[in-house]
Amino acid sequence: MSEAMDFRVIGTRPVRPDGVDKVTGRASFGADFSLPGMLEGAVLRSPHAHARIKRIDVTAALGAPGVKAIVTAEDFPSVAAGAIEGGEGGGDFADLAGNVIARGKVRYHGHAVAAVAAQTRAQALAAAALIEVEYESLPPVLSLDAALADNAPLIDEALKTKGLAEPATTASNLASVIEMGGGDLAAGFAEADLVVERRYQTPTVHQGYIEPHACVGRWVQDDQAMLWCSTQGAFDVRSMTAKVLGQPVGALKVIPSEIGGGFGGKTTIYLEPLSLILSKKSGRPVRMVMSREEVFRATGPASAARLDLRMGFAKDGRITAAEVTMAYEAGAFPGSPVGPGTMCVFAPYRIANFRIKGLDVLVNKPKAAAYRAPGAPQALFATESALDEAAEKLGLDPIELRLRNAVEEGDAAIYGPKFGPIGMRACLEAAAKHPHYLRPKEAGVGRGVAVGFWFNVGLQSSAEVHINEDGTVTVIEGNPDIGGSRASMALMAAETLGVPYESVRVVVADTETAGFSNVTGGSRVTFATGMAVVEASKDIIAQCCSRAAALWSTDQEMVEWRDGAVHPRPGVNVDAQPLSLKDLAGQAGRMGGPLLGKASLNAKGAGPGFSVNLCDALVDKETGRVEVKAFTAIQDAGKAIHPSYVEGQLQGGAAQGIGWALNEEYVYSADGVMENAGFLDYRVPVASDLPMIETQIIEVPNPGHPYGVRGVGETPIVAPLAAVANAVSASAGVRLTELPLSPPRVLAGLDQA
Amino acid sequence: MKCHVQTQVNGEAVEFLCDPTATLLEVLRDTLGLRGSKEGCGTGDCGACSVEVDGALACSCLILAPEVEGRQVSTIEGVASPEALHPIQNHLLKSAGLQCGVCTPGIVVAAKHLLEQNPNPSEEAVRYFLAGNLCRCTGYDKIIRAVLDAAAEMRGEAA
Repeated sequence: MSEAMDFRVIGTRPVRPDGVDKVTGRASFGADFSLPGMLEGAVLRSPHAHARIKRIDVTAALGAPGVKAIVTAEDFPSVAAGAIEGGEGGGDFADLAGNVIARGKVRYHGHAVAAVAAQTRAQALAAAALIEVEYESLPPVLSLDAALADNAPLIDEALKTKGLAEPATTASNLASVIEMGGGDLAAGFAEADLVVERRYQTPTVHQGYIEPHACVGRWVQDDQAMLWCSTQGAFDVRSMTAKVLGQPVGALKVIPSEIGGGFGGKTTIYLEPLSLILSKKSGRPVRMVMSREEVFRATGPASAARLDLRMGFAKDGRITAAEVTMAYEAGAFPGSPVGPGTMCVFAPYRIANFRIKGLDVLVNKPKAAAYRAPGAPQALFATESALDEAAEKLGLDPIELRLRNAVEEGDAAIYGPKFGPIGMRACLEAAAKHPHYLRPKEAGVGRGVAVGFWFNVGLQSSAEVHINEDGTVTVIEGNPDIGGSRASMALMAAETLGVPYESVRVVVADTETAGFSNVTGGSRVTFATGMAVVEASKDIIAQCCSRAAALWSTDQEMVEWRDGAVHPRPGVNVDAQPLSLKDLAGQAGRMGGPLLGKASLNAKGAGPGFSVNLCDALVDKETGRVEVKAFTAIQDAGKAIHPSYVEGQLQGGAAQGIGWALNEEYVYSADGVMENAGFLDYRVPVASDLPMIETQIIEVPNPGHPYGVRGVGETPIVAPLAAVANAVSASAGVRLTELPLSPPRVLAGLDQA
Repeated sequence: MKCHVQTQVNGEAVEFLCDPTATLLEVLRDTLGLRGSKEGCGTGDCGACSVEVDGALACSCLILAPEVEGRQVSTIEGVASPEALHPIQNHLLKSAGLQCGVCTPGIVVAAKHLLEQNPNPSEEAVRYFLAGNLCRCTGYDKIIRAVLDAAAEMRGEAA
């Protein structure tokens, strides 16, 4: 493919195929599904952050009005350890099962202990309150320091640290250690004219999707179980739920609803196994819907992190050495995203001498889940803050400093592979020329710059393309549409087949109608599932060419596909008229049957995403309140299939990153109870908190995709943390290194200035 | 003991039985089958369940169903006519002012209410008015633009 590629519909901005349903309220989300005879479920959750379960007595609850079934861990098989693959959050099946329902011990406030199915939700909640649980409370471990202290209470008594040179002999709360390095660190620091050394901290935050988790489970004796649910990946729900229930995957069919946001948080399971076992015991379908409070207490969140960073710089801004120790809270089970964090932390730069150490640490908080570029926002917050400080101290322009260290095509990434064509330099150059960067700052305003990076993934995808008898097109795929992906799939099919966008319908199908696809996550859908749609469309074209050649009694090499039709090559058969998709579809009954194209693939070559964000912020020095005055997100999309939805990813990621930087955090009491488990007190940005978010899409085509696509969904949340913090630090006149930059923290910083 | 409630929903006479503690949102969704209003929080913080009651904008999760006796309730299901979408709906589609779409019904109801009160709001006025409607996907930018464009169209100006 080349940059000069001429597109017919790709790059236009049509209305999405599912749009009308979504603006009229007709679209059916997780909680909108119901079945005749359906019961409503409720979960009894732990009132302790850390306790042993001594006894559970459900007798009184079973006799309560309307109650049909109650389940506890005893109703679930014990699940063997084994790595979860293909998901975004990682982890282990035994831990997954233990998180779904507590076995022997509760590990966080809100951990599921039992579940009830009753005729109404009110009855289920009332009955749950009647379940008697005797706990032996244990001291909660609520911080990295507490978890790593000598003689710390053990959250998992059998947990031995992985990744040590010498295998661990005793249990601890340190789940794993990751180390990597290169060059000569001491020599690098010896060469430095400036060393920046700081501790950076980020809080526990939640993905904050507006739709709470919801599902309906129906278990039928001697038949297949069915699950209707809101998820980023029906196939992952199927494999995880089957594993937790000790069933083969074929025993379960998962039908994804429309999904009301996920951001990585809906790549795992919580309610699904509970609803199915309640259904099994009651003989009725069971709907389970979380309250917002349950979403905060028992799902997500993103890991809190602490980074101890040291970077050396030459006078000209060249990074001579860098080392970092990154400790991430995993929550109550192993599996924080510290792994990807270590791979991202220095990824945008050429650094010859470096050492990176990552720690995955258990604390008595909900198990961390994926959140948009998992692990990267925390990591780049530290690096990009340090670079900002270095630019200031060296008297260099912050964009120029980054350009002098930027990775380019052909460089070996710090985490291993060699970069292909990437947009790092193009984004920085665009930022330097951007009107936002060139215009004068208002009085008192600080301007921050930061770079974002995310690998993007490929993984497995399938697609089918069906040509209807009138030449219209149906695309069948298995990735829930979380932000307009049906439009992208339709655009790629229309582009490839040479038909109007409006003639393509896209169906997001269930686990038995679509071929296997990994989650809607990892910024992979437009890239990998899009590639499958393009391949399946090319399969159609090949069939059309073959049929036309047969009709014209010639060889396939003597026909060609162009402008949505098969044409005879010059001189072959002077009478042959071009045959369009519609012509061939109309004659399918006489020419080999229906036109059905398919493709399944394991997508390689996901091009990494780079971004640059610019933020103008003003600190009110009396109150500590920060106002974001302007924000610009510049990012390489490879090729923007539907530019409006690419811009939307940049803007949405910026807003979430601004929330992470300024407002959002889990506030815990000393006994481990989250004190702000609602949208009033856990404050995500509202419309009046934000300015318009300017965007600029850079297009450095990814050679790994037929149209040059690279994923865009995750990179947007990486740069805002440091872009905001750098702007706030500039406005405040003091370097602020602990998020969120809430008014009390900014005031405390100002006091120290 | 159930309450018997007679009311109007989207201009149609409706009657239902409900628990005295049932919210309007629960009755709309589970009893009347109007599932366009969404429950994002149940505490009046997210606006996904926005409706109008006697012309006043409200979170239906904060209203008890028996309270709507004899009143007029308008929901997302009543916004579009059989012939056409409302300009706000059209502009949300045109501007890509939705990603997942779960907050969209509440945004449509609230924005429609705003434009009926103030046909020519400033960007700031739209932002403050919609501050009770959380969207986690879009960063609000394209929603605000869609509402301003819809307002211009409704005033007869070229959007």
